[in-house]
Amino acid sequence: MIELVLAERCIGCDRCIDVCPTQVFDRGADGVPVLARQPDCQTCFQCEAYCPADALFVSPHVVPLPPDSPHRDGGALDRADLLGGYRRELGWGRGRSLGARTAVGPAYPD
Amino acid sequence: MNSELVLRADVAVVGGGPAGTWAAIKAAESGADVVLLDKGHTGSSGATASAGTGIWYVDDVPELREAAMASREGLGGYLADRAWMARVLDETHARMEELGRVQRYPFPVGPRGPIRDDLQGPEYMRRQRLRVQRLGVRILDHTPALDLLLDGDGVVSGVRAVQRRSGETIEVRAGAVVLAAGACAFQSKTLGCDVDTGDGALMAVEAGAVLSGMEFSSSYAIAPIGTSLTKTAYYSWATFYRADRTVLEGAGSARGRSVIARTLLSEPVFARLDRATPEEQAAMRRGQPNFFLVFDRLGINPFTDFFEVTLLAEGTVRGTGGVRIASTDCATDVPGLYAAGDTATRELICGGFTGGGSHNAAWAAASGSWAGQGAAAFARRRGVPSTVRPTGTVALRPGAAADVEPQEILSEVQRTVLPLDVNYFREPARLASALGALDDLWGRSRDGLTATGEGLFRAREAAAMTAHARWMLHAALRRTETRGMHRRLDRPDQDRSQQHRLLVGGLDELWSAPEPQWLAGGRAA
Repeated sequence: MIELVLAERCIGCDRCIDVCPTQVFDRGADGVPVLARQPDCQTCFQCEAYCPADALFVSPHVVPLPPDSPHRDGGALDRADLLGGYRRELGWGRGRSLGARTAVGPAYPD
Repeated sequence: MNSELVLRADVAVVGGGPAGTWAAIKAAESGADVVLLDKGHTGSSGATASAGTGIWYVDDVPELREAAMASREGLGGYLADRAWMARVLDETHARMEELGRVQRYPFPVGPRGPIRDDLQGPEYMRRQRLRVQRLGVRILDHTPALDLLLDGDGVVSGVRAVQRRSGETIEVRAGAVVLAAGACAFQSKTLGCDVDTGDGALMAVEAGAVLSGMEFSSSYAIAPIGTSLTKTAYYSWATFYRADRTVLEGAGSARGRSVIARTLLSEPVFARLDRATPEEQAAMRRGQPNFFLVFDRLGINPFTDFFEVTLLAEGTVRGTGGVRIASTDCATDVPGLYAAGDTATRELICGGFTGGGSHNAAWAAASGSWAGQGAAAFARRRGVPSTVRPTGTVALRPGAAADVEPQEILSEVQRTVLPLDVNYFREPARLASALGALDDLWGRSRDGLTATGEGLFRAREAAAMTAHARWMLHAALRRTETRGMHRRLDRPDQDRSQQHRLLVGGLDELWSAPEPQWLAGGRAA
């Protein structure tokens, strides 16, 4: 479930507001998206994939986390190199190679 | 309900996943003016964008094609159709070549050229969106469809929808409609599928269409508990365990999933991908990065750590039931209405065995393309009608008491249909009892669900899921045998006299009947 919008990283492009299939975000008064409907989040990670500023974090848990969870601490996530991870794997963003080009899994066992 | 805004188009496409985008592309290429509506956002909504998928792409080599078709016939309970399999393989081959050439999808390249049997979801779908935009299709995002419009002759003539941001309703009057709105996973949190609530089937039946194969809807996917990660391919390398770390004998991702289901009825199940070599582990990370995204964030090494798993219902998303296809252009039994992707039955290529993953992906590209062309041709012959009437029932007709909330209905549907001992291990008494509860719920929805503005789509989702569950369990009761994925505890064997597809339909009163004639030779019955 989406847990964080890091205001200091957000560039106010509205991509997350547009791409979220379940309209979790609204634009906040300062232009930074707010989690207006967090319970509607389906944990699909699309907002993170499209965020050009690595300003969002989706926790893999399908229910909201308690406030003291490390997945709600932007600094801790940054230090653990967990911000922008999906985008990095997809190879989205300038200077990266597309992940799809090398997405070849192993041959399946019998 | 008066629509604030009326648009006109030759073809309206409902749903912006793979089937809907291929439909929009092919309709636009045929010269049609196209409007594409998506409940969420075309390019990031639905099962494919979130999960990615293998695709049933087989090189154009007769021996390989023959083996690909033969491998599914028995599994599917002999309900698939060779001619349809062959034309889906041909069409998929052509569409994947086009995807690489026109959408410039970056297929991996091996020693023998591009490797086209797997698609990374976000990359595939963002390119589909761009292609649709470049063809001049009008895309309406965050605009869930509510019901279909008919003209005086009963020909489908458009669709009503609600714009979530404004709460305004909109009417798209069109010469033909393609329903590519996905199937139904009952918001079980299977990856990317909260938007797949069976809206297409409900709208189709309200307009007069029939469904087929709804008993093939007992699909459950393995997921680490508490997550939405229903990507099951890599469990081919898993060993499954009980809580005391003893091996759960017979459990497996493919053939042994029923052992997992059976065990989950009474105790937790754990998994570990401990059969993968270091080389295979590295290839897995390249193959499906979003699988590991979840484990990395959970702090779990899936190759060395035991992790608890559960089964999440995938209903008809990975089942094969859906709107009956009446001809090779994916027309339904109602003139002007076309169905594609998971909204349509996938029995034509899968029979009664899960279409999950690669077959559904091939079907989406092929059926979407045919439906788009078929709808464009129909609209060209007919023009855009001026007089229309709505067909929607629950939550769209005046007079409901407003004494029940969509969330209440949804919770009750989930509680009734999702349990493994109702929908996976099927047994007549439990099926009948669940169906009775769902019939009551349908009555309560019809008499008590009402909504305005944005709330309309939540009310319609609740109604669609109720209807879907009823069609599934009704068909499951009527097919008194075990065939394909449909498992009847009281009838563990296949019954030769039931080797036919089963049609189901109706809203207040449900009915079912064997399909009178099989689609044969790639032509309509």
